[in-house]
Amino acid sequence: MPGPIQSIERAAAVLRLLGSTDRPLGLNELAAALDLPRPTAHGIIRTLRDVGFVDQDVDSARYLLGAGLQELGRGGWDPHDLRAASMNWADSLAGSSGLAVQLGVVSFTAVRLVHHVFRPDGTPQRIRTGAEMPLHATALGKCLLAFAPVATPRTRDLDLHRWTGRTCVTVAALDAHLATARHRGWASDAGEFEAGTGGAAAPLRASGGVVVGAIGVAGPVEELFGLGGELRPKLAEQLLGASREISAVLASTP
Amino acid sequence: MVGERVVAAIDQGTTSTRCLLFNRAGRMLAVAQREHRQHYPAPGRAEHDAAEIWRNVTRIVPAALRSAGLEPSSLVGLGIANQRETTVIWNRHTGTPLARAITWQDTRTDGIVARLVDAGVAETVTALCGLPPATYFAGPRLRWLLDHVPGARAGAEAGDVLFGTMESWLIWWLTGGPDGGRHVTDVTNASRTMLMDIRTLEWSDVLLDVLDVPRSMLPEIRPNAEVYGTCTAVLPGVPVAGALGDQQAALVGQACFASGEVKCTYGTGAFLLMNTGHRLAESTHGLIPTVGYLFGEKPVYALEGAIAMTGSLVQWFRDSLGMIGTAAQIETLASTVPDNGGCYIVPAFSGLYSPRWHPDARGVMVGLTSFINRGHLARAVLEATGWQTREVVDAMNADSGVPVTRLKVDGGMTANHLLMQFVADVLDVPVERPLGSEAVSLGAAYAAGLAVGYWSDVEVLRSNWHRAAAWEPAMDAALRRREHDNWGRAVNRSYGWVQKPDDS
Repeated sequence: MPGPIQSIERAAAVLRLLGSTDRPLGLNELAAALDLPRPTAHGIIRTLRDVGFVDQDVDSARYLLGAGLQELGRGGWDPHDLRAASMNWADSLAGSSGLAVQLGVVSFTAVRLVHHVFRPDGTPQRIRTGAEMPLHATALGKCLLAFAPVATPRTRDLDLHRWTGRTCVTVAALDAHLATARHRGWASDAGEFEAGTGGAAAPLRASGGVVVGAIGVAGPVEELFGLGGELRPKLAEQLLGASREISAVLASTP
Repeated sequence: MVGERVVAAIDQGTTSTRCLLFNRAGRMLAVAQREHRQHYPAPGRAEHDAAEIWRNVTRIVPAALRSAGLEPSSLVGLGIANQRETTVIWNRHTGTPLARAITWQDTRTDGIVARLVDAGVAETVTALCGLPPATYFAGPRLRWLLDHVPGARAGAEAGDVLFGTMESWLIWWLTGGPDGGRHVTDVTNASRTMLMDIRTLEWSDVLLDVLDVPRSMLPEIRPNAEVYGTCTAVLPGVPVAGALGDQQAALVGQACFASGEVKCTYGTGAFLLMNTGHRLAESTHGLIPTVGYLFGEKPVYALEGAIAMTGSLVQWFRDSLGMIGTAAQIETLASTVPDNGGCYIVPAFSGLYSPRWHPDARGVMVGLTSFINRGHLARAVLEATGWQTREVVDAMNADSGVPVTRLKVDGGMTANHLLMQFVADVLDVPVERPLGSEAVSLGAAYAAGLAVGYWSDVEVLRSNWHRAAAWEPAMDAALRRREHDNWGRAVNRSYGWVQKPDDS
């Protein structure tokens, strides 16, 4: 087993020092207090700032503990913050795709909808925020299984209930779907929860690339997929564009 | 996208100024934003630096174009929506404001307003401009500036000092500033000054006399959709073709073009406007008759209910009490409990606005017991917005005789689904959110686009409105009645707390 890593020890010391006082500290002060060469201290503090563990005061250029540290103990993103950060882009995706848009997060062994934008065609629809759906049979759920493996149960621990003739009811079939999703960057549902209604979903990533939710479009299977079962290319582009834009918003929010 | 012609909107708001670009379908293509400083020199005072706001405009407009990859030549026109009733005076030769702009939240004019009421002119004022004398409107602020800023009155009488609300200030700068800038306002902003005759849509000599304001400093009153002038700065050559107060802009952006249609914009405060057609609906229930918009010959009027604190109560809960980390987290906290536990918060922080108009009220929190926790307080904060909406809708139903059957909503708080469901529950009508909640900016873009023929008429705009969400009422009627009664008793306890107005 290798010995302790010096730069991590030093980074921890910098954080402890910043946490020991209420006032922001300057670079010289930090370097002197920790007995580090100024360039070394600068490298450490800048890296900590870039990952969000340290904030730099704009006016004084001094450093203090960052909002990203509080986030660590908070147990992930608040679903309502996620909705607020996504709203404009979710609306935009519904507008450009002409489909309903949903946002989902993991809730134990299900995916819970935290946001729902109607299909913009004036037809009567019910808002489904708060509804839970199975992980293995929906695009949002499979997206979370594929891209957030730490937050979701293992596939062999899931109840693979058969919802339609297309539902993945074996671990092998589901794992194959998840591998495809990881490979192409989005997950799909070809009528696996509700016959005739499909979806496609892409992951939402916060700082450090951690997947905190999924955004998906939903609608009639034949509108989403071509004859060969492939997602219409323009739709894939719009979905991935929205997931990228929202992820950029999330990553820039501590 | 290359070669696409678009409309630009400037939304000059309370905390920031934004520039948004819209295409013919009403879809937003780009947005750029800059916040400006809030100055609170004393309790009850709130000011903005108008020069800082103009500088921000010169930066956000090019930034929005850059982000959409467009040139000024792609713009068919520019429309402005602005925070209403915020008042600025400036030197016409230098463009320098004589003082900081006094914002709509500022209550320093309570002494001036009290003296108007004491002098017995309240009825005359209301009969002419439709507004009850209140600190809320721009005219008393202008009077305060004339009385307190050295050189203001003499300069105004000599024709050197100009008055404007924020759209006047921005149009003047955009069209040349000291070098021939056009000094105009639009009917909706003018209708909030307490200086305009709401029937003739002209400055009223009687009201100018009541507030002792020299006519020479006032802008010309114009319709909402017409080419006021051509930009010399920021977007050279582009017509400045629309202006509306922000709430009237949202009425247009929400496509409330038929009599009886209602929208509510939930921001810092909340504002319900009902289109009353060409009829000026006088209110006997505490609402404000106002100009909705003037596109063409005849004005469309609106009834307005103004609620001072909605989003700002959530901000207070976050920043002053530290109960939550972000505004959105109030929904998470409120969801930890099934109901308010018997607790009610009446946010009369600067008195109560529509429909009760009690300037002497202050905030109260009632029903506290050992049972109440943070979750109940979060519920009470959100429910205050719901019940205040209900009071305004009740007043609208009574004044217009046409019951509200659905409410179109927009603004930041529509992200809160628990609140939107509660609003539907207490109103007992469906609440609907359109796709893209930028109704204020969209309304300004619509006005400018109509003026330059980008859109042919309002019916075209109506087809741009798409429902993105709807909340159906689901509350038991008996529970609704009981809770409504509790809210009413809580409000009664907020009355009469302030004993005498600041007499400055």
